[in-house]
Amino acid sequence: MSDINIVVEDREGNTTELVAPTDMGLSLMEFLKACEYDVLATCGGMALCATCCVDVMEGEEKLNEMSDDEYAMLDTLPDLLPNSRLACQLQLSPVMNGLKVRLHAMD
Amino acid sequence: MISTDIAIIGAGPVGLFAIFEAGLLKMRCHLIDYLPQVGGQLSEIYPKKPIYDIPGYPTVLAQELIDNLVEQAKPFHPGYTLGERIEGLEKRGEADFVLTTNMGTIIEAKVVVIAGGLGCFEPRKPAVAGLEQFENGRGVNYMILDPEKYRGQKMVIAGGGDSALDWTIFLADVVSELTLVHRSESFRGAPDSVNKVMELAESGKINLVLNSNLNSVSGEGKLESVEVIHNRTMETTSYEADHLIPLFGLSPKLGPIEQWNLNISKSAIEVNTDDYSTNIPGIYAIGDINTYTNKLKLILCGFHEAALMSHSAYQYMNPGIKYTMKYTTVNGVTEF
Repeated sequence: MSDINIVVEDREGNTTELVAPTDMGLSLMEFLKACEYDVLATCGGMALCATCCVDVMEGEEKLNEMSDDEYAMLDTLPDLLPNSRLACQLQLSPVMNGLKVRLHAMD
Repeated sequence: MISTDIAIIGAGPVGLFAIFEAGLLKMRCHLIDYLPQVGGQLSEIYPKKPIYDIPGYPTVLAQELIDNLVEQAKPFHPGYTLGERIEGLEKRGEADFVLTTNMGTIIEAKVVVIAGGLGCFEPRKPAVAGLEQFENGRGVNYMILDPEKYRGQKMVIAGGGDSALDWTIFLADVVSELTLVHRSESFRGAPDSVNKVMELAESGKINLVLNSNLNSVSGEGKLESVEVIHNRTMETTSYEADHLIPLFGLSPKLGPIEQWNLNISKSAIEVNTDDYSTNIPGIYAIGDINTYTNKLKLILCGFHEAALMSHSAYQYMNPGIKYTMKYTTVNGVTEF
């Protein structure tokens, strides 16, 4: 399967189910930007700015393990949640079908 | 006072290349950057990372690219003001701008080019109600400049990164009472630092409050106490505190640029893609700090923007004089 369904909740609480390709090497951050969500991703995907942070509502167990770089960045957030991840560090793959994420509040 | 043709805010790769492009047109540049060295994000964050999409370089290390850009700019003798942040921008007369830094340096320029990349990195502030009323010398600081200022006083540090650990270790012997508040029950900082903090807690030199967040601050005119809430039990505990230092890393912000009446969209400056000019004549924005339809945040796109900006700036500074572009293969690089 090359396409998966991802449910995205924006900062206003609006929920949308999207179809995401998994064969283009996109990260979740790149996909969210392509879908015109308000994701700054100012560092371009290097896990340096945390402006692409999402809170994983469903499907956390399907995600790749957090790297030390991602953890170190997330650990600086004052409002980090246990289910927060950097979207730039999550490469879309078939196992992520059904993932539900919410855009993390921006400081 | 420094006087120049073009004041470039930001000494990253795009700002540095703008010196070269402006120099070819006999315009002088002065660069200002908040960081103490040139190179911007490349030198500060990833100097050893290879970059693969610079034309002519199959691969180049970020710092190597910066070093080469500095070398390329040298014939045009740019000026640099480093370690200072532009705070004020004032239009004077028909074509001149006066820029003022936080250190009081004044730069007069005919054209201003904003090449600020991600913007300024400012302390990330926790969402605690009323925190701002204790800022500016009333107890809440986001960085520690002079540790002696805190000698013999009561302090709460919040955060779990290396900065929080390092300052806790350093200040344990300086302050009279120190509480470190961390959201998690473990630290991912340097293992040696984590061990030292644990030893300080076990020996009773510091209060280590884990699984907890800042909840509220209070005081009459100045900070007097900090309330902390436990993540699981939701119990609150209050700590006497003369100072609270939240250390939650840095977040990119536009900073004072936001107050300059430029058209801004999603923390980026809107530009005309004909020449990367902004809505204010004489001010341009190039590189990652600008935005337009189909913008690509690539260094090579910033280089292109620098070239077009330079030609437009030349026309802005020399209205009525027609410039005929010459290739460097024909003219070479003629120093000032």
